[in-house]
Amino acid sequence: MSETPANSRYAAAAGLAPTPGQTVGPFYHYALPFADGEHLVPAGTPGSVRLHGTVTDGHGAPVPDALLEIWQPDADGRVVREPGSLRRDPGVFTGFGRTQTWRDGGYSFTTVEPGATSAGSAPFIAMTVFARGLLNRLFTRVYLPEPAAALESDALLSSLDQADRDTLVAVREGDGSLRFDVRLQGERETVFLRYPRHEV
Amino acid sequence: MSETVIEGREAGEAVPDRDSQAAVSAEIAAAQADDESQGIARIQPRLDFPAYRSAALRHPTKEPRHADPEGIELVAPVFGHRDVDPLEADLTIQRGGEPIGERIRIAGRVLDGDGRPVRGQLVEVWQANAAGRYIHKRDQHPAPVDPNFTGVGRAITGDDGSYSFVTIKPGPYPWRNHRNAWRPAHVHFSLFGTEFTQRLVTQMYFPGDPLFALDPIYQAITSQQARDRLVATYDHDTSEHEWLLGYRWDIVLTGTHATPMEEGEHV
Repeated sequence: MSETPANSRYAAAAGLAPTPGQTVGPFYHYALPFADGEHLVPAGTPGSVRLHGTVTDGHGAPVPDALLEIWQPDADGRVVREPGSLRRDPGVFTGFGRTQTWRDGGYSFTTVEPGATSAGSAPFIAMTVFARGLLNRLFTRVYLPEPAAALESDALLSSLDQADRDTLVAVREGDGSLRFDVRLQGERETVFLRYPRHEV
Repeated sequence: MSETVIEGREAGEAVPDRDSQAAVSAEIAAAQADDESQGIARIQPRLDFPAYRSAALRHPTKEPRHADPEGIELVAPVFGHRDVDPLEADLTIQRGGEPIGERIRIAGRVLDGDGRPVRGQLVEVWQANAAGRYIHKRDQHPAPVDPNFTGVGRAITGDDGSYSFVTIKPGPYPWRNHRNAWRPAHVHFSLFGTEFTQRLVTQMYFPGDPLFALDPIYQAITSQQARDRLVATYDHDTSEHEWLLGYRWDIVLTGTHATPMEEGEHV
C-alpha cells in the first residue's frame, strides 16, 4: 500500500492495479434488476419526474439488452446515505436506480430532479451504461436543462463543443419529463467520461 | 488454434472463413499486436475489439472525456442488511433441494485502488449451472436446467472487505460469436466501491481453463498481466473436508478521489 503524497491531488500512479471489467453479457436479467429499480420515488409522487430515452447502437438501432444505473442527490442537492434500494420503502429516497432497456431500446426512471450539490453548480444525475457487446461499463452525466447559468459555468460542459455538450443535457419534453438518449456509437455519440485514476 | 495460418498467409491466398475460430483467433492476435506496437499496457478491456462480434456497433468511437469527479460521483450508493439476506450468499440452498455439480466456495476481499478494504458494500454474482446453462429464458443452449439452482447470489462485504459465496462450479457454454465458440467457465461479479466512479462489472474465471486463449471477451483485455487478475486461485485452506473446494479471488477497484477531509464528512 502506498502513502498518498500530501501535495498530489490524486496519487495517480500510487495504487494497486485494478481488476479489469468485462461485459455484463446477455444473461443478467434474472440477477441484477430488482423490484422498483426504476422507481426512485413511486410514480405519481408530487414533484417527481420521468427520466426516459432510448439506447441505440452505431446504426441507430435500439439496444434491447442494456442495463442503466443512475445515482443522484435529492431535490435539495443532498447526497443521501440511505440503504434499501434493493427492497424499497416508498417513503425513503435512496438516490440509486437500475433498469434494463425494453425490446425497443427504451427505458424510463421515475425520480426527483436533483438539486445542486454546491451553490451555483449544475445539477446532474450520474449514469452508468452496461450492455452485451460493451466490454466495460461506461460513465456519463445527465445534466438538467436548467438553470442555464449553471450549465454555462460547468467545467465538463465548458470543455466540450456544442454538439458533444448537447449529448449530456436532458431535453425537457412537453409533458415536463426529461428525455436522455444514450447513443453508444456514431452520429451524436454520447460523451462518456474518464475520471482521473482510471487507466486505459 | 491457428494464428500462424493468418500470419504466414501470402497475398492472394484464401481468407479463412470469418465465422471460424481461426479467424477470431487471428483478430484477437491482431488487436493485441496493435496495442503492443503502440506500447499500450491495457488494464481495462479494449472496447473496440472486432473478434467479439457484438462489440462492433456498441463501442464508442470517441475517446472518453476527462471529468474531475464531483458531488454525487464522490460517494456511492449505500446497501446494507436491509437489502441483502445473508442466506443469499449460499447459491446451493435457494431452492428445495441440492443443485447438481461440484460444490465450491469463492471467497476474497474487495479493495480500493489504495489497498483499503471496501466495507459493508454490495457484491452481486450470477452464473450458469454445472451444465453451462443459465436460468435466463433467452439461453437456448440445450443443456439441462437445474431446478435447484438459479445461479444468483448477493452479499454485503465485511469490515475487512471480505465476501464469500458457496455455489456450484459453472460449466463452459457455447455461444454464437462464431462457429464452435465456447465461453470459459465464469461467474459474473457486480461491485460498488465508496465512490460511484469505482463501479465495476466483471467476470471471474477458474485457473487453467483451456478456453482462455480462444475467448474474445477474456482476450479483449490485451495484457496478460491484467487478464490474470480475473482468474481465481485454488486455495486448499478454503476447501472444506468432505464438503467443497475453495477458490480465492480478490477484487481491486479503481482509486478514489475524495480528500481525507471529504471522506470524513461522508462517514
